[in-house]
Amino acid sequence: MTDVTLPFVPPLESGRASYLDEGHTLMSWLGTTDHKRIAILYALSITVFFFIGGIAIALVRLELVSPTGLLLTSDEYNRLFTIHGIIMVWFFLVPSIPATMGNFILPLMIGAPDVAFPRLNLLSWYLYVIGAAFTVYVLLSGGVDTGWTFYPPFSSEYSHSNVVAAAAGVFVVGFSSIATGVNFMATIHMLRAPGMTWFRLPLFAWSMYVVSMVMVLATPVLAISLLLITAERWLHLPIFDPAAGGDPLLFQHLFWFYSHPAVYIMILPAMGVVSEVFACFARRRVFGYAFMVFSLLTIGVIGFMVWGHHMFVAGQSPLANLIFSFLSFIVAVPSAIKVFNWTATLYRGHIGFEAPMIYALGFLGLFTIGGLTGLFLASVPIDVATTDSYFVVAHFHTIMVGGTVSAFMAGIHYWWPKVTGRLYNEFWAQFAAITMFLGFNVTFLPQFVMGWLGMPRRYHYYPDVFQIWHILSSGGAVILAVAYLMPLVYLGWSLFYGEQAPDNPWQATGLEWQTASPPPKQNFFRPPRICAEPYDYHDFGRAEEAGGEGRAQPQGGQT
Amino acid sequence: MTLGQFTTQASDYAVRVDHLFYLLSAISGLVILLVTGLIVVFFALYYRGSPMPRGEVPERESHEIEIGWTVATLFTFLFIFWWAASDQLTALTQPKDALEIHVIAKQWMWRIQHPSGAREIDELHLPADTNVRLAMTSQDVIHDLYLPALRLKQDILPNRYTYLWFNANKTGVFHLTCAEFCGTDHSVMAGRLVIVTPADYARWTAAQPQGDDLAHQGEVLFRSLGCSGCHTPGSTVHAPDLHGVYDRSVHLSDGRTVIADEAYLRDSILLPNKDIVAGFAPVMPSFAGTASEGQLVELLAYLKSLTTQPQGASP
Repeated sequence: MTDVTLPFVPPLESGRASYLDEGHTLMSWLGTTDHKRIAILYALSITVFFFIGGIAIALVRLELVSPTGLLLTSDEYNRLFTIHGIIMVWFFLVPSIPATMGNFILPLMIGAPDVAFPRLNLLSWYLYVIGAAFTVYVLLSGGVDTGWTFYPPFSSEYSHSNVVAAAAGVFVVGFSSIATGVNFMATIHMLRAPGMTWFRLPLFAWSMYVVSMVMVLATPVLAISLLLITAERWLHLPIFDPAAGGDPLLFQHLFWFYSHPAVYIMILPAMGVVSEVFACFARRRVFGYAFMVFSLLTIGVIGFMVWGHHMFVAGQSPLANLIFSFLSFIVAVPSAIKVFNWTATLYRGHIGFEAPMIYALGFLGLFTIGGLTGLFLASVPIDVATTDSYFVVAHFHTIMVGGTVSAFMAGIHYWWPKVTGRLYNEFWAQFAAITMFLGFNVTFLPQFVMGWLGMPRRYHYYPDVFQIWHILSSGGAVILAVAYLMPLVYLGWSLFYGEQAPDNPWQATGLEWQTASPPPKQNFFRPPRICAEPYDYHDFGRAEEAGGEGRAQPQGGQT
Repeated sequence: MTLGQFTTQASDYAVRVDHLFYLLSAISGLVILLVTGLIVVFFALYYRGSPMPRGEVPERESHEIEIGWTVATLFTFLFIFWWAASDQLTALTQPKDALEIHVIAKQWMWRIQHPSGAREIDELHLPADTNVRLAMTSQDVIHDLYLPALRLKQDILPNRYTYLWFNANKTGVFHLTCAEFCGTDHSVMAGRLVIVTPADYARWTAAQPQGDDLAHQGEVLFRSLGCSGCHTPGSTVHAPDLHGVYDRSVHLSDGRTVIADEAYLRDSILLPNKDIVAGFAPVMPSFAGTASEGQLVELLAYLKSLTTQPQGASP
């Protein structure tokens, strides 16, 4: 380990090939075991699914401009929001950050040459893409009209749609989640570089660790509940059918035992990404690192104990409601602490306004709104009044879509030069980041209002008193669509015509930046040794005050 | 349709829910203001290149800040929980003397049966200033009765009763709708909640084309379905006497003791072998498929009307 003068130019042997030059054939991609290439396979496939799910909801929002509908029948409408829900939850949000940035950055961040099980990693992509593509085919050809929640007895006995096929696809994709989780846990345990102790792990690595645990423990329960629905629908086994002594609430318990932790599968990685971005663009150590780690762990653990707050009106006992309400308030405490800590990270920083930072601030705003409205819904009387209304729709979209997508975009821009070796257009990126934040708020704030006023969700036709709010919301969706499409253009342009990026354009201290951009196949030219805490930005700050003469330490050195 | 059909606070409980909502909105507003304010101030002071001096925050100080806001957050949340839970708990006790109205949901309509025997579809007439208890069940999938003006909502499940109870204090016509996704026409499974004065309610029930009240209709059914053949004192078949059975504790042959509530009575008719009363043989046939949901409501009303002692040979 040697001290490195700013900016941190790693001792790069120029002329060495990057991972992108290791073969240009289709097979060199489809048969790769390189975690970086697999990350890109994931990024491309989730982008495709994201836009399919997006088109579905664009049609729904268009339909809702009129209280009596414009184009669709009620059955088509129900199929469209089911397409949107299934695709966005399981094929976009759950894999979004872990499968792309987790795959690409995590090994680099901890100084590993690859994940622990590279072939399992490729298998998990194949499971994902085959399961997801099959489900999308089912959804588009015949369709499913149960919503993404598959509640029996509607899904088991009454729905005349392809429930079993869709459930089978989601079941397969679940194994991809489990495989990724196992892989990341093994990677973090076994492949940390010398000196990378647990409390030197960057928060993104910690978030990947916690999310992997949640994936491994929760996803099997989803598999079980989907299997049971299939057994009931196909083999007529009496499991959820009350006429045969079964209990439809059992399904809801199983389903939410997965699907509530799944919300944390979506938001924990987002927390990890913005922690990196805030530190880098505020040039400041993350405030309260240890508290941040423990709040990630606490959220991961208590997140398993709050599923019953989805069932306050489902027929659960009042005592259970009370306990789940209490635990839901408790799980909100570590989330609130994280918001305060990110804010405090800015204190005495050198704050820049680059696009990743704007996206991260957007995350902070949306996460705060989503989190606070979570307190409303944790209170039983308010939940009774607003559950199954647009208030809930707005709440979970703000937090798990607004939050996760903002953080996803922050990460994409932050690590773009690392992945591609190119710079993107800063102006357009900043513009898109601001547009996205505005778009989210214009789309979902009206939904909070109309939900509180009494507009139920999953309604094709609705009382005309809510039309004004639906029009506002659909207008917001147009802004959002623009904000989603812009990055496709300027990032696509950057891929081919963008300026060559230096190895560490942000002068970040993370270990992933202490190698070439894009990195070589084996990630580091020489095995790194870690001898510093993460986020050692403070010396850089002093250096600026002293007129650029100081020195700072990136986390990794190369020995 | 007017917004008032959704937002009117038609009960004291609705007013309390709204107060909790305002409290939470105020707290949320303050937090958003605080976080936004801090971000704006930090950006103004510490933008890259600003002349402000930056030093380390002393370790001890940052620990104190950290613990300070953790504790503050925790206590704020506990306070909100306490407030919300006390509202929930006061709403928990079911009134004993309530007017019981049955709601049967099916794809995609509401069927209402009043104790007087009056029936209505997609419309629910209620007296104001009266304890009302809705006993609800579904004939097919899960539905949810949502009464926005009362801030109440409850899922309705097949083969099970769920309840809502309230005391409305405003007369008027309000909205009533299904809140749990139930298939094609979910969004039009709606109707009107008509709250009238108790006198008007009495006039309304009297004006309905109806035969007998529910209990008498149940009595007729009790005979025509053949229940009375066994369940009368002096019958040759050894079957439990049903007088005063409702709400009484019943000893079962497997040693359990259960309260004979609506769920128990319903199961005993549809799944008679599930709970065998101690001292009796499992000889009763199932009436699943024979008795409809509406008839079950009538039978239960009849069973509830039976008083403690058999009065002669005819019940």
